Amino acid sequence: MADHRSTDPGQTVTNCSMPPRFRTPGWKLSLLVVTFIGLICHAFIGTELCSMTVKEIAEMPGNVLHLLQEMVPPSTRGLPKIYKAILETLQMCLVGTVFGVFVSVPLGLLAAKSLSPHKSIYIASRGFVSFCRTVPDLVWAIFFVIIVGLGPLAGTLTLMVDTIGFAGRFFAEAFEEVDSGPQEALSAIGSSNNGTFFSCVLPAAAPSCINTTMFSIERAVQSSVVLGLVGAGGIGMLLEEPMVWQNYREATTVVLTIFIMLVAVEQLNGYLRRQLIGKSG
Amino acid sequence: MFSDAVATFQPPVCNEVSVRARENVRTATSTADIEITGLSKTFDNSRRVLQDIHFSIPQGQAVALIGHNGSGKSTLLRCCLRLIQPSSGSIVLLGKEIIGLGKAELRDMRAQVGFVFQRHNLVQRLSVLTNVLHGVQARKKGLRTWFQSMAMQEDREEAMAKLQSVGLAHLAGQRVDQLSGGESQRVAIARALMQRPKMVLADEPVASLDPRAGDEVMNLFLRRIKDEGLTLLFVSHNLDHALSYADRIIGLRDGKFELDAPAKSENIESLRELYG
Ligand SMILES: Nc1ncnc2c1ncn2[C@@H]1O[C@H](COP(=O)(O)OP(=O)(O)O)[C@@H](O)[C@H]1O
Ligand SMILES: [Mg+2]
Repeated sequence: MADHRSTDPGQTVTNCSMPPRFRTPGWKLSLLVVTFIGLICHAFIGTELCSMTVKEIAEMPGNVLHLLQEMVPPSTRGLPKIYKAILETLQMCLVGTVFGVFVSVPLGLLAAKSLSPHKSIYIASRGFVSFCRTVPDLVWAIFFVIIVGLGPLAGTLTLMVDTIGFAGRFFAEAFEEVDSGPQEALSAIGSSNNGTFFSCVLPAAAPSCINTTMFSIERAVQSSVVLGLVGAGGIGMLLEEPMVWQNYREATTVVLTIFIMLVAVEQLNGYLRRQLIGKSG
Repeated sequence: MFSDAVATFQPPVCNEVSVRARENVRTATSTADIEITGLSKTFDNSRRVLQDIHFSIPQGQAVALIGHNGSGKSTLLRCCLRLIQPSSGSIVLLGKEIIGLGKAELRDMRAQVGFVFQRHNLVQRLSVLTNVLHGVQARKKGLRTWFQSMAMQEDREEAMAKLQSVGLAHLAGQRVDQLSGGESQRVAIARALMQRPKMVLADEPVASLDPRAGDEVMNLFLRRIKDEGLTLLFVSHNLDHALSYADRIIGLRDGKFELDAPAKSENIESLRELYG
């Protein structure tokens, strides 16, 4: 090896052929490509995209225009109801996230590899958090509606589980990332696991945890909108009725309000986050 | 410029006092504070990092541990508190075998030994005073040892006094991440003193500082240790420090115990050979 390299470099170039621009694909890759193309075609049929007629396509702009006409001007009739629903949504979100975060801190500790008291506890809590996260919101909502009945409680519980799935994971990661040096120093002092966690890990992970929490609130407001559609409380409940009765002017008001609420929460959130991270410590 | 400072470096004048303080302690009890026999450490599927180490340090003695990089000095120090689990051998600290101690007993033992790391290992986002206060966790538990704002008044005052003794009382409210390297290491020293330790281990406490700041911090550190008559085992990168502050020098080479000599300048040549 070393001998080859030590010979004149100009000579070795002539011995080697330049690699081609493109490789001829092997049978595995060819099979993969063919399968993929087949799948796309199959999906195309499934979505009814190719059964659309030219007439249908031509009518589309007219339909859109017609719908828009029926949507404006927004009706103001439902405003008091909407106000109450918005309030309910925000209450659900706040309570859901606060409780969710409350549960997520100890859960994140158990799900952090470096801090978990035992491997089995680590795996169990990781699994629980993933489960909360991977089951879709609407499924949780339907589940809680069946358990506790229609209304904001079901939605709140859903948002709590949703927050656990999200915050639990990021808290665990934040705890894992905390510098091990100060933790070792506190162990060397003889402080307890609790002492190390509260006086070192938590303060060090605080900015990241605050960020996650604020983002959880934002997520909760976003996902709370659809929860109403299955009867789990909040503004979404108001969206269902006008849609069913084709009362589009009222629907416009609701949609606009939701939009304003989301933007407002996002802005406020960003502001608070900057204030908190800047000053905490 | 810096090398000049090192060459003309002189130990402080407090040796008189400290020797007396140490002798007082030594006459009271003549047991060894650290007694290590047959200590070996092998990390998972690798070569032996420590091989059959034997030595003991009597109460009140200051011992410098020297050796090349990778010779196992840090591992040896960590084994003393079982921050690393030794593979075999016996470690008796303050008259008590620590191998096989339960979790709570081990914590009690660690509480009596201060440990100053090469990196200061402070909690960056907390205040200087809070970090010093953490040392009280050696004696107390719970909420009131986590943040200075919740601490007992007597503990806050003691922490303040420790800060005063390392000359940093004026920075007590500052966040640690705003301090210089030397100041941070002094805070770490104050935290170790806050434990009210009987013994202090230090792993190259000034190696990450520039020579001038390193001299300053080392001076202060060893003066505090001697003032309180504590037993000290410190890894040093600086032979001048080792010679001027230690009563005795021990050396490791490739994980084996290589040298044990009183710290006198006549051994300096053989020391330089081992170290340089
Ligand atoms: N956690 C560890 N796992 C495996 N090997 C380690 C570990 N810590 C230290 N070592 C090895 O042990 C040897 C001694 O390291 P160390 O005690 O840090 O030496 P020193 O402090 O004298 O420079 C080195 O070869 C290092 O690679
Ligand atoms: Mg080292």
